Amino acid sequence: MSEHDLPFAITLAPASSRADLTGTWRTERASYVTRQAPCGNACPAGEAVRDWLYDAEEGDAGYERAWRRIMDANPFPAVMGRVCYHPCETSCNRGQLDESVGINSVERFLGDRALELGWRPPPAGPPTGRKVLVVGAGPAGLAAAYHLVRLGHEVVLKEAESRPGGMMRWGIPRYRLPRTVLEAEVQRILDLGVRLELDTRVDDLVSTMSEEHFDAALVCVGAQIGRRAYIPAGSAAHVLDAVSVLHGVAAGEQPLLGRRVAVYGGGNTAIDAARTAKRLGAEDALVVYRRTRERMPANEIEVQEAEEEGVRFRWLSTIGEVEESSIVVEQMELDEAGFPQPTGRTEVLAADSVVLALGQDSDLSLLAGLDDVDLGRGVVHTTSAMMTGQPGVFAAGDVTPGDRSVTVAIGHGRVAAGRIDDWLAGLAPAPEPPRELAAFDMLNTWYYEDAPRAHRPRLEAVRRQSTFDEVVEGLDADNALYEARRCMSCGTCFSCDNCVAVCPDDAVHNIGMPGTYEIDLDYCKGCGICVAECPCGAIEMLPEDI
Amino acid sequence: MAPTDLKLYQIGTFAAGNRLLDPGDRSVQADPGRASSITSGHRACQGCGEALGARFVLDAAMRAAGGEIVIANATGCLEVFSTPYPESAWQLAWVHSLFGNVAAVATGVAAALKAQGREHVRVVAQAGDGGTVDIGLGCLSGMFERNDDVLFVCYDNQGYMNTGVQRSGATPPAARTANTRPVGSEPGNVFGQGKDLPRIAMAHEIPYVATATVADLRDLERKVEKAMSLRGARYLHVLVPCPLGWASASQDTIRLARLATQSGLFPVFEAEHGVVTATTPIRRRVPVEDYLTLQGRFAHLFGPDGRPDVVARIQAGADRNIDRYDLVTVVDPDGVDHV
Ligand SMILES: Cc1cc2nc3c(=O)[nH]c(=O)nc-3n(C[C@H](O)[C@H](O)[C@H](O)COP(=O)(O)OP(=O)(O)OC[C@H]3O[C@@H](n4cnc5c(N)ncnc54)[C@H](O)[C@@H]3O)c2cc1C
Ligand SMILES: Cc1ncc(C[n+]2csc(CCOP(=O)(O)OP(=O)(O)O)c2C)c(N)n1
Ligand code: SF4
Ligand SMILES: [Mg+2]
Repeated sequence: MSEHDLPFAITLAPASSRADLTGTWRTERASYVTRQAPCGNACPAGEAVRDWLYDAEEGDAGYERAWRRIMDANPFPAVMGRVCYHPCETSCNRGQLDESVGINSVERFLGDRALELGWRPPPAGPPTGRKVLVVGAGPAGLAAAYHLVRLGHEVVLKEAESRPGGMMRWGIPRYRLPRTVLEAEVQRILDLGVRLELDTRVDDLVSTMSEEHFDAALVCVGAQIGRRAYIPAGSAAHVLDAVSVLHGVAAGEQPLLGRRVAVYGGGNTAIDAARTAKRLGAEDALVVYRRTRERMPANEIEVQEAEEEGVRFRWLSTIGEVEESSIVVEQMELDEAGFPQPTGRTEVLAADSVVLALGQDSDLSLLAGLDDVDLGRGVVHTTSAMMTGQPGVFAAGDVTPGDRSVTVAIGHGRVAAGRIDDWLAGLAPAPEPPRELAAFDMLNTWYYEDAPRAHRPRLEAVRRQSTFDEVVEGLDADNALYEARRCMSCGTCFSCDNCVAVCPDDAVHNIGMPGTYEIDLDYCKGCGICVAECPCGAIEMLPEDI
Repeated sequence: MAPTDLKLYQIGTFAAGNRLLDPGDRSVQADPGRASSITSGHRACQGCGEALGARFVLDAAMRAAGGEIVIANATGCLEVFSTPYPESAWQLAWVHSLFGNVAAVATGVAAALKAQGREHVRVVAQAGDGGTVDIGLGCLSGMFERNDDVLFVCYDNQGYMNTGVQRSGATPPAARTANTRPVGSEPGNVFGQGKDLPRIAMAHEIPYVATATVADLRDLERKVEKAMSLRGARYLHVLVPCPLGWASASQDTIRLARLATQSGLFPVFEAEHGVVTATTPIRRRVPVEDYLTLQGRFAHLFGPDGRPDVVARIQAGADRNIDRYDLVTVVDPDGVDHV
């Protein structure tokens, strides 16, 4: 409007407030961030848990994307969804609101669906011409082989046993991990072109490497030898070790345990041995452990399940002597430091056999002669790049110090594969950029719907006492979707549109794809409401240079 | 839409939208094509609840009326920060009135539209709490009495903010304002005075009265939509925290509105023809302290020389609201304070 068009007595044409760039008032600016979610941060296998839950929340097509994202880190979703001790759930922020998200059950749902629908990982990468030896086809070796073939290396996996799987096959009982599931996930890895040589024990790593021209080797022979403790025992006493018993049962044998079985130890192996004894017909399965229940290393859920199945526990007790049909148990007391101390008070209990579950050691004879490899305290020590003191020889899983679980082993396998790839290429491993953790107090939980957790049904106790049927059942599709949607998406935008809504200055806009936002800094006054009202802690305030 | 209508547990209807929702089930604010009735560049303070509340209300009204809408706006912050001559932040037909006569101006606009046979064009009057409960009350009561076809929206920031934070008839007891100093035996604003305009409006038995806050967008939009579906005099009272007048942090604006409702100090309800028809139950109940301590205008009630007796009186007021409107149906077992 020119001056001449203006009405009488009006000197200025109407204008828009947008001429005022009120963003100049700002001393701080809102900015989108992606923070590390506690679940993924806690995952020993390195899964981007929050991100695959995000895909799963969509249902249908999202499930396959979710599964593929899991497969980027971990080739065993269906196994993991059964046997993982799920530290992700322990650290899940939702646990501080109502109950943690049932991540493990969603993973199992996705893993089972993939098997049912025959989803396949992408084929092996283009060949690099390098050849890697992997010793031991447990979770560490299988995971490493999977990642190594995907990186294009030729992989030979040598396994001493007649079947692959390691402790997933010979340790973990069928009622927790059906063998069809294990076999299907192992086969999927082999189908990528991993060469598996069964019944092939590697006795001398160096000569195997040079005879067969390997460029690098990964040692993941696990810890197969049940630890024995010296317990005075009569000549007719029946003392076995848990790993052998479980191995025997897994191989289809019927170990002779008698009617009353005492299991000595407090770890998961002890619990599995006792539950197995029950299933084999023992009337009484008693776990004897020298500390209290709270201090038991075994997973609480498994202890509960064992109790439901009639396994009995005797805490704060040691076994002093073993006779043909009895054991002498001594009562312990915790001292001030929390260590069990003997009290001298003993009791005789009936027991036809004693199963020792006192931990496992590794047979490291294949590394004999490699003087630069540190085998202190019976484990293989590695650098952060997972390489031993011998260049080109790496180690992963239970043979290395630290936590022992399938999940840790899978994570090791993945990292080791990456490090081997770096080493073969002559590269230094790229440092992981540190990322801020999305802590609970960064969330605005008001916005999350109240939603109690969906629990997986369990097989009724009667059937669990006599059969090896799987105890924990899967979630159905509705419940799996519901459970995935309980995820609060800690630390990353899930497109709730709150920031667009709550800006008093109309300075946050939906751009392009729905759910992608942009803050218009010409008008953002830096009030911080979008940060305060972002449910998931995906916006932060940054100081402006003034 | 009630939260339970959506089988989407992650967020339900608490947030503005969600990628998993059909666009039609998202809030008006989540719509990229929303009117943005009050656009950027206005001069409201950082974190102004009134600017936000006005956009929430008017965008919903614009959608409901298909864009055919006229706004009459009383003097107050909302006018001053949006319309410094010759600029305006308004993206709709907007007319400014005096401080006290906006209800009458809106009535006139509605009458003119009727005379022209253009009753599809809807009229909304808006004012601050001063312009509503104090100086504008006479005109407003007349508008109610005549059942004029106007939706009147009060943006309640509990004081005369535009002119420097003086007390209004909607200022809460004990609050510090420029003319209710935090001194003496009864510091801040007095107890027992002030006007509860939603109940005054209900006493006129007009078709629709509702309260809402900027902390519950879905509820606010639903109420606007409902009001716009009716004819006659309708009244909407929206709590809009004011960082300047309340001496609160700019990012706490929505949090404060939420705490006002979750403490029971600001009951959220609707009424038709003088009868309460629905209330929004408290979801995560909090003590009034949680709300008060975030605001400098109540700072004199806390600390070494604090006045727990006064806080207790404020709590008693909240409890009275909870009883009157039945705001607590089930008590959350894990208690309070995730807000
Ligand atoms: C009873 C029991 C229950 C368990 N339950 C769980 C559980 O529920 N969840 C969980 O996360 N973890 C569980 N664990 C622990 C978990 O199984 C192990 O931490 C994991 O399997 C270790 O993986 P790995 O690949 O390092 O070794 P292993 O699984 O032990 O695999 C090593 C493989 O190397 C082979 N091998 C050994 N020496 C040689 C050689 N010289 N040449 C060739 N091959 C060789 C072995 O035959 C074996 O197949 C359980 C363990 C036991 C014993
Ligand atoms: C008759 C008259 N008296 C006084 C004023 C000065 N005045 C302008 S706005 C205002 C207070 C506005 O308070 P409120 O209506 O609550 O709106 P807010 O600024 O708080 O949003 C006053 C006193 C005026 N414009 N006209
Ligand atoms: S004084 Fe209060 S109402 Fe006025 S613009 Fe500032 S924050 Fe908004
Ligand atoms: Mg006011």
